[in-house]
Amino acid sequence: MIPLDYYLILSALLFTFGVIGVVIRRNVIIVFMSIELMLNSVNLTLVGYSAYLGDPTGQMLVFFVIAVAAAEAAVGLGIVIALFRLRRTVNVDEINILKW
Amino acid sequence: MSVTGSDLLGILAVGIVSVTALIAMLAGVFLKNSARLVMWLGLAGMAGAFAAAWGTYPSAGTAFGGMILAGGYASFFGMLILCAGILTFLLASDYLRKEGVEYPEFYVMVLFAVSGMMLMSAAADLIIVFLGLEIMSVSLYVLAGFMRRREKSIEASLKYFLLGAFATGFLLYGIALIYGTMGTTDLAGIALRFASAPPPSLFWVGAGLLLGGFAFKVGAVPFHMWVPDVYEGSPTPVSGIMSTGGKAAAFAAFLLVFVKSLGGGGAKVQTLLAIFAALSMVTGAVIAIAQKNLKRMLAYSSIAHAGYMLTGLAAANQLGESGVLYYLVAYTFMNIGTFGVISLIEQAEEKRLEFSDYAGLGLRQPFLGIVMSIFLFSLAGIPPLAGFFGKYYVFAAAVDAHMTWLAIVGVLASVVSVYYYLRVVVFMYFHEGPEGAEVISVPLLGSVALLLSAAGVVGIGVFPSSILSLTGWFF
Repeated sequence: MIPLDYYLILSALLFTFGVIGVVIRRNVIIVFMSIELMLNSVNLTLVGYSAYLGDPTGQMLVFFVIAVAAAEAAVGLGIVIALFRLRRTVNVDEINILKW
Repeated sequence: MSVTGSDLLGILAVGIVSVTALIAMLAGVFLKNSARLVMWLGLAGMAGAFAAAWGTYPSAGTAFGGMILAGGYASFFGMLILCAGILTFLLASDYLRKEGVEYPEFYVMVLFAVSGMMLMSAAADLIIVFLGLEIMSVSLYVLAGFMRRREKSIEASLKYFLLGAFATGFLLYGIALIYGTMGTTDLAGIALRFASAPPPSLFWVGAGLLLGGFAFKVGAVPFHMWVPDVYEGSPTPVSGIMSTGGKAAAFAAFLLVFVKSLGGGGAKVQTLLAIFAALSMVTGAVIAIAQKNLKRMLAYSSIAHAGYMLTGLAAANQLGESGVLYYLVAYTFMNIGTFGVISLIEQAEEKRLEFSDYAGLGLRQPFLGIVMSIFLFSLAGIPPLAGFFGKYYVFAAAVDAHMTWLAIVGVLASVVSVYYYLRVVVFMYFHEGPEGAEVISVPLLGSVALLLSAAGVVGIGVFPSSILSLTGWFF
């Protein structure tokens, strides 16, 4: 059996990659993909713990997370399309009417 | 384990709102020009849910195997959030018509957001916290961008969505780590283990991530970057419910996790909360001074108010907790009222949102002038209005908890805040309006909503015990 630590370290790494992606990438779609990577790394933590503890709650939560991520994707891509129709851009640096 | 009648009775209020939302959504799809119908349907549903919450208030307990709270605390927050929802409906219908976007989807999304807020404030399990938060947030992302042909609205929506989803990632990682280290997501179970043995360090990482997620949702410094942009760009009634119902739900879950379950979390968490509170109060109050746009000014003021409420949380004593609940009620009425007046005065294409547009308004339109003054005096914390007692309770709690420095920072920040609230009043009464300025006709539903909010602000200000007696036994 693979030790729990391996799952935790891998998911922490994936989560960090997601955070870095959100912070440094400028394309909205890539930023959104990085957020999805963060959510899925959390899923890995949850199933890792769930198997380790022998408790099904974690796996149940994973299903909720997947459903929520799907709803978020639908809304998020809708917002991106509405934005693209107005501005012809998906670069977050160019989306800056609102400031100070 | 099967679902029993008492389970369903426990979630009656949330259930009524969700079912109404589903029916309203179908009505919006299958009937033409159904916006008005959907509005009245939603109002009836929320009034029914309010009655259900009121009826189940005395029978506090849990439902669905300890997953969700019923009665008591959940009913209190349910009623508060439903008030916010009902006032938003009343204010939104004329606003949407004025902006030419009166579609039934608006009301449906507000109903879904309200059900998410109610679920979140009734959470007895971290899974429910997450689900309620997401139902609320996803609906609010849509509502922020409801005027999808207006650049500001879509931009607000995108910013809210990206930062909100980012924060959700952290919150969820926090939940996963707490689950892993405590072996359960049940708040009562976590409380038991927390009290019996010192938790491992990984638990504190999880608690920190969860704290960050909550601080983001309530809009506290240093997680406040989204607040001004989103409140300014969103349709005005949406800013109203976001800043009141959304904040109330986030604070409700915050209290459930950190105060009820972790008993304040110990001195370190309290110090951290106190620092967040102080930063929020100062940053919000100082930056609000420089604003010209009223919605943006209220966004910074909302950051400052999040700081006042966090003061009560940081104190982590009984006075602080009931103080926060009282503050949330007061803030809901006064802030929805202020956003309501702004939405009536605002004109299509983001016009008439500056301070100078309020010149002479008080004399030209006595009703709007008086209610706006009541809301602004209350936001500034002038007795005998509700805002004063809210601040009084949380600052007194901070002094009781030996955080006198925090109370002093808070009082100084609210002195600063008097400047920008009363500046609007000065513009309304002591500046000459432009020659021949048009008199805005105040719609019936809007004036009902403003009267109700003003009555709430004055009523719970004059009789603060009416709220305190409702909340006194929760902690």
